[in-house]
Amino acid sequence: MATKGIVKGIIANLVLVEANGPVAQNEIAFIDVGDTKLMSEVIKVVGINTYVQVFESTRGVKVGQEVEFASHMLEVTLGPGILSRNYDGLQNDLDKMTGVFLKRGEYTYPLNKEKEWDFTPIAKTGDTVEAGSWLGQVTENHQLHKIMVPFTFKGSYTVKSIADADNYKIEDTIAVLSDDENKDIQVNMIQKWPVKKPIKAYNNKPRPFKLFQTGYRSIDFYNPLLEGGTGFVPGAFGTGKTVFQHTLSKQSEADIVVIAACGERANEVVEVFTEFPEIIDAKTGRSLMERTCIIANTSNMPVAAREASVYTAMTIAEYYRSMGLKVLLLADSTSRWAQALREMSNRLEELPGQDAFPMDLSAVIANFYARAGFVKLNNGDSGSVTFIGTVSPAGGNFKEPVTESTKKVARCFWGLQQQRADSKRHPAFSPLDSYSKYIEYPEFHEWVKKNISEDWIEKINEAKTIMQRGTEVSEQINILGDDGVPVDYHVTFWKSELFDICFLMQLVYDDIDRNCPLDRMEYMLRIIMDICNTDFEFTDFNEVATFFRSLINPIKQMHFTEFKSDEFNQYLVKVNRIIDEKKKNI
Amino acid sequence: MAKAFQKIYTKVIQLTKATVTIKAEGIGNEELATINGQLAQVVKIIGDEVTLQVFGGTEGIPTNAEVIFQGKAPVMKVSDQLAGRFFNAFGNPIDGGPAIEGQEVEIGGPSVNPVRRKQPSELIATGIAGIDLNNTLVTGQKIPFFADPDQPYNEVMAMVALRANADKIILGGMGLTNDDYLFFKNVFDNAGALDRIISFVNTTEDPPVERLLVPDMALTAAEYFAVQKHEKVLVLLTDMTLFADALSIVSNRMDQIPSKDSMPGSLYSDLAKVYEKAVQLPDGGSITIIAVTTLSGGDITHAIPDNTGYITEGQLFLRRDADISKVVIDPFRSLSRLKGQVMGKKTREDHSEIMNTTIRLYADAANAKTKLENGFDLSEYDERTLKYAKEYSRDLLAIDVNIDTTKMLDVAWKLLSKHFTLDEVAIRKEMMDKYWKK
Repeated sequence: MATKGIVKGIIANLVLVEANGPVAQNEIAFIDVGDTKLMSEVIKVVGINTYVQVFESTRGVKVGQEVEFASHMLEVTLGPGILSRNYDGLQNDLDKMTGVFLKRGEYTYPLNKEKEWDFTPIAKTGDTVEAGSWLGQVTENHQLHKIMVPFTFKGSYTVKSIADADNYKIEDTIAVLSDDENKDIQVNMIQKWPVKKPIKAYNNKPRPFKLFQTGYRSIDFYNPLLEGGTGFVPGAFGTGKTVFQHTLSKQSEADIVVIAACGERANEVVEVFTEFPEIIDAKTGRSLMERTCIIANTSNMPVAAREASVYTAMTIAEYYRSMGLKVLLLADSTSRWAQALREMSNRLEELPGQDAFPMDLSAVIANFYARAGFVKLNNGDSGSVTFIGTVSPAGGNFKEPVTESTKKVARCFWGLQQQRADSKRHPAFSPLDSYSKYIEYPEFHEWVKKNISEDWIEKINEAKTIMQRGTEVSEQINILGDDGVPVDYHVTFWKSELFDICFLMQLVYDDIDRNCPLDRMEYMLRIIMDICNTDFEFTDFNEVATFFRSLINPIKQMHFTEFKSDEFNQYLVKVNRIIDEKKKNI
Repeated sequence: MAKAFQKIYTKVIQLTKATVTIKAEGIGNEELATINGQLAQVVKIIGDEVTLQVFGGTEGIPTNAEVIFQGKAPVMKVSDQLAGRFFNAFGNPIDGGPAIEGQEVEIGGPSVNPVRRKQPSELIATGIAGIDLNNTLVTGQKIPFFADPDQPYNEVMAMVALRANADKIILGGMGLTNDDYLFFKNVFDNAGALDRIISFVNTTEDPPVERLLVPDMALTAAEYFAVQKHEKVLVLLTDMTLFADALSIVSNRMDQIPSKDSMPGSLYSDLAKVYEKAVQLPDGGSITIIAVTTLSGGDITHAIPDNTGYITEGQLFLRRDADISKVVIDPFRSLSRLKGQVMGKKTREDHSEIMNTTIRLYADAANAKTKLENGFDLSEYDERTLKYAKEYSRDLLAIDVNIDTTKMLDVAWKLLSKHFTLDEVAIRKEMMDKYWKK
């Protein structure tokens, strides 16, 4: 029998309930406020007092109102039809809601029960299956969507019967499984999963080894992200976080993109709603929206649901990973999520940690990032969730709890620098402070040698040295003056400028430069690195600046023209001519 | 309709500077009440102990005060009668006119479903080149002026409001000095615009906590005209720093643990709830918010401007330009995130290039100025940029400029051709061929 309760107190969106039976941590409860029921989640139990955080406004909630516990945690509904949907943080389908304003207590079903899907069986009668095994597949937009044995199933089952290839609705039975006690269980295309628990229906989670292409030179080469890896982007407002996330969701090599708009501006989500259906993915020839799912909990939506939204998004990402797909999960911004945790912890009167954030902030962030990963499925296939979170540090200062906690767990750190953004050097990732731990992975080295080139890692380290030396000498030049240092210092400085402006900088508003494929990247890299490794002859520092400036323009132009087109080649000829004029004769 | 059931309680068990706790039953969260005639709102209920926040402060409230619950959250009446009227933070007329009749709606209601929004794309012309040319505003946008207290932000805002061609202008004044309140009243009156202005004003004479109601009042009125009447509504909120200060006062009195700069941990959400009311609706109605966030000594890393910057779609900086002894809109630090939606699309094709070029050359002038200050010699080019900068400030950046966007572009081309060569300007050739005047 379901546990019931009575409201005993209200503090903002925290409600105190006296329950008449057992309740579980994170169990869902509904508060009956008369005209509607408000969804909430158990976050603390003290004696008979249960504290629930309400996912909606608690205006008008009264002591004495009835509460019904749902006997399950916050769950998402998984099945075909999630792609192209716009959900709120609790997976309500926003498009199904009537009215201009969001109505309190209005919950809409996330999938379409009437739509028919073209099911093809994969499993055969008599097969032994377990949680996550593929029973069959349907085509969702242009992707194959696997219908799996629900993740909640424990142990192994035998397929007693499986539906023939035909059209079915999500609630139709597509398979009958029998457990080891010969009990029959009917399975349809829908399953539910509690969002705060990771889906672990896979065989193992090896270390990432394969490059995850983003089209950004400053990432794919300089601080690479791997498939199934994690990265984060901290930056003050106006340094380019949103542009970066939007560009990634448009051009990265993922099969599926899940966007968690967590406590950010509604107009940014509207931009995705408006633009994505119009943009055609060059790889598939289909609208970008077809591979995208948006979880929108904008900054003015209830705070507790904001906390849930990132988990909802992660669970959906894990679901598609179990189908053997390459999923990219973007969360903008994890700071807003941390702030939601802070607000709740504050109301629970917990002793605060730094900046009033809860003490376990680090652990919560670490657990969340740990859910990403490249996995080997039980059937030998593989899938991945690559996760990138943005962080909005207060005052743009990276010495704050969310940035520091995230730094401990995320393997890539692309720090947006105010100074770079101000001087329009985009993407404004700091070339010295940013890092990717994957550069040290031997698995990655092996992959790179096989798939790109032998000396790729060497080149990365070389490039980093160029940028580091450039910064060092530029400080010297600033102190001692242009003519107070040897001409060589100027050459070193300008080589780093050349690498920065011609390789790291990238124009997202240019249709060609925006997305740089690997072959093109390598081609350009070699041109630029060759220049950096060449000895030149100069008589004074003015000559150095003039020379490198004259080189920068044609190389930049190469980025804006079609790869290896006549125009592109002409610029290259020009570049080579300029180099030859100043090359030191040996 | 019958008035809600009223209960009278006289048992006060706790009194603080801002809150009163009494024993009561059947009370809803966020319900309104009067305590000895003072308006208060329920902020916390534990068992039969109900804590109310008293907007006017608790001075003089006795332990046997009479508490009357109103059975509902704060509401206001909305109808076309609102136009041309002045109200206090509670929505009561302060202009001597009659009470408003109309539909009763709760203030601080739910937000617009994101999928029911439209991408903002309609230009707001203000005639000020520092805005229209460099930081074009769009209906449905939310943008604050970041200004030091000595800067004429209220004057600029009033000017923007009057020129913005909005159907309704709603002023939410928080901690406005009486002088500023009278200033707004006069300006609107003189412009003959009173019939499309609605004001909700909390002055420095009123208790600070009252001003927490002002944005909700102003925006609920705005939603009526934007959603039900499909009108273009412009909401002016001044000063949001004082609103945030009031938030911190309340959270402090509620014994909440403060986060950065003594602000409540929920500051981001509290500010977002206000600013996110800005919306463009598909049927033409819109709410645009122009706010003021006063800074202390230009510090934008303080929690209030910092959180604001993450919420709003850009910010406008005012600066006194010593060259021309006038206030200008700073082209370097100001930003309108939505300008791309209209620039060159709703304005002339050369708009974005002209904007970038004029600012780039203005930056060259700033460098030249630094050189000069450090005692270096100026090149001939530097000299020209300085002359250009002065005229650019005077003819375009100054806030007293009032011309349309096409004229601004023409003025910009004139300045460019007067001071620079074709190569120095370096604009795409097709634009040069069309607009370069020598």
